[in-house]
Amino acid sequence: MKRRLLGVILSVTMAASLLAGCGSDNTTADAGNENAVGTESSKADADAGDAETTTISVAAIETAYGSEMWQEVAAAFTEETGIKVELTTDKKLEDVIGPSMQGGEYPDVIHLATGRDAALTEQFIKGNMIADITDVLSMKVPGEEVTVSDKLAGGFTETSLTNPYGDGKTYLAPMFYSPCGLFYNEGLLEEKGWEVPTTWDEMWELGDKAKAEGIYLFTYPTTGYFDAFFYALMYSVGGPEFFNKATNYEEGIWETPEAKTCFDIVAKLATYTNPITPAQANDQDFTQNQQLVLDNQAIFMPNGTWIVGEMAEAPRADGFKWGMTALPAVEAGGDGYSYTWFEQAWIPSGAEHQDAAKQFIAFLYSDKACEIFAKAGAIQPVLGIADKLEGDNVMFYSIYDNGAKAAMGNFAAFEAIPGVEVRTVFFDPVNSLVSGDMTEDEWIDGIISASDQMRANLK
Amino acid sequence: MKSAKGRNRFLVACIAPAGILFFVFMILPTLNVFRMSLFEKGAYSPAETFVGLKNFKMLMMDSSFIRSMQNMILLIVVVTIITFAFALTFAGILTREKIKGQNFFRIIFYIPNILSIVVISGIFSAIYKPENGMLNSIIGLFCKLKEPILWKGESLVMVSLIIAMVWQAIGYYMVMYMASMSSVPESLYESAGLDGAGRLTQFFQITIPLIWTNIRTTLTFFIISTINMAFLFVKAMTSGGPNGASEVALSYMYGQKDAGLYGYSMAIGVVIFLFSFVLSALVNKVTDREPLEF
Repeated sequence: MKRRLLGVILSVTMAASLLAGCGSDNTTADAGNENAVGTESSKADADAGDAETTTISVAAIETAYGSEMWQEVAAAFTEETGIKVELTTDKKLEDVIGPSMQGGEYPDVIHLATGRDAALTEQFIKGNMIADITDVLSMKVPGEEVTVSDKLAGGFTETSLTNPYGDGKTYLAPMFYSPCGLFYNEGLLEEKGWEVPTTWDEMWELGDKAKAEGIYLFTYPTTGYFDAFFYALMYSVGGPEFFNKATNYEEGIWETPEAKTCFDIVAKLATYTNPITPAQANDQDFTQNQQLVLDNQAIFMPNGTWIVGEMAEAPRADGFKWGMTALPAVEAGGDGYSYTWFEQAWIPSGAEHQDAAKQFIAFLYSDKACEIFAKAGAIQPVLGIADKLEGDNVMFYSIYDNGAKAAMGNFAAFEAIPGVEVRTVFFDPVNSLVSGDMTEDEWIDGIISASDQMRANLK
Repeated sequence: MKSAKGRNRFLVACIAPAGILFFVFMILPTLNVFRMSLFEKGAYSPAETFVGLKNFKMLMMDSSFIRSMQNMILLIVVVTIITFAFALTFAGILTREKIKGQNFFRIIFYIPNILSIVVISGIFSAIYKPENGMLNSIIGLFCKLKEPILWKGESLVMVSLIIAMVWQAIGYYMVMYMASMSSVPESLYESAGLDGAGRLTQFFQITIPLIWTNIRTTLTFFIISTINMAFLFVKAMTSGGPNGASEVALSYMYGQKDAGLYGYSMAIGVVIFLFSFVLSALVNKVTDREPLEF
């Protein structure tokens, strides 16, 4: 009898603990409801000019710029508007906010660029799950008398990255821009008396000269870095017209002479690439490819201005000095292009506090926020930012003043196709080109057939 | 009668918590995988469309998927055979032979199991480094390398994965084999010795048949764990590169989810599920023997 009693007690406890699990679920749900109720009332309050009870949740990716600047900006925003900010920053932001978003709980503002492996932003674009923020452009920046579009530098809200559906509406706010180009050791070139090439022919000449001294012309961190490179290359070969056709997968575009020139340049560059590059071109070892430049084992690599901070602690050759150049022109007198890479902040359409979130995005372009970001090295695409630059950044960001043209935009969004992604079709095969496991023609054939599918699935 | 009823109720009450948990957290999600494989849906969008078997048809034509399955099967076969041979040999030596420091070796062999896969991947990434990695440096001592060997390059990356996975797995299976080998009665070996059986004969005629049930179990383990471990190693060592050369089925499935093809990746999940299920059943069937008692 006693034993049975014990058994009953035990099983009751177990069952109770199960229910307790459900119970706590209920309470969170309740809390959620309360929140929802709270929001409605706070929205009403906000209308009445009192927004003190609203709390927005902001999720931002932590990159080379660190996460402190976000805390400071959030604090400044609360001070300015009274809206509280619940901040989430993480290096793998997708893993942190992803699960709860699958459950239908969205942060109000997400700062996460496209082009990452987990492609979260792209999925939201493809799924039409991003709120239209065109009206933010005409909103006044909190604490200032000017509108957002007055502050934004030209061209940033006209690209396919901010207006992904080509309908003239802005869905993603441009953030932290960075000119991309070829980074190199200026000290090495000075020491050897080599000139920075301005055309691809000069580039190959330099490659031969360097090879004679046991230095390779080129390396790349991972094939993911070829997007900025390839965009700029397409611009310099065929100008904006060719770029727009190509990024919309126009029929036959990859069989044109312009496309052939692009492919030939990449394929030839592959033969000048340090052969150990592909073995390290993965998310774990890519810094070792960057190290090749620091160690004078390769001259150029495609990269962005964050490289300086990223490799700040790394050992380097004597007399090392960062240099950056735009992509060389195809022929003498042609245009050199540098791709303008920028990140994006956006509001999920499922977010609860859309109005407060829009205010937050507007605030990101305020003088105060720009200054906080600039201190950490993150440069907002606003007019007059040049005066706030320091150190290496002065040289990097002056690239457009020195004759290089700015390239912006990206491949148009298409409905997901099994096994076909821009990176795996266009850029990953560069690894095989370098190692000689694939020929240029095989690469082009792959692109042509994938491009046909992408066109058929254009959004 | 009354007490039997009460007893049954009591049993049900006892099993209910575990049963419910198992149903909610194992059966339901598994069924959901099968259901989702018939739909198309982004990972974050609530909208889903029924597409029937379209996902599976696409799979058959997706060359990247076929390559990832080939890689996975290669790993299952090669890693299993090599690990099995080494683990059995080492276990045989450590239990049957009198060598100094038996416990020491047992611990040494087992250590890779305590380390997490990420740590092991870090270690092997350092070993495989082209420039000043341990492997290339050692080879460089014996013959002059003109170009460094690219262990994580396209042609060798699968070999490198196999080496790391075998290194990681040997200890675990060795300890399992040792446990069952040590329960084989000494007298059998003594009498076999008197009959003139050599060590090898003893190993194949006595040890192997007597631990056969254990070996069968581990073969199933091999299949399941290689599929899972391959994902971890690929994620932490190569991220599927270069150019997809080291992609395995699970990592490909993960990548397709990121590409916004949730239904499609669930279809891959179904294929892997069925594949491992059928393979385990086959192995079990083929290795079926009358169990020997001692």
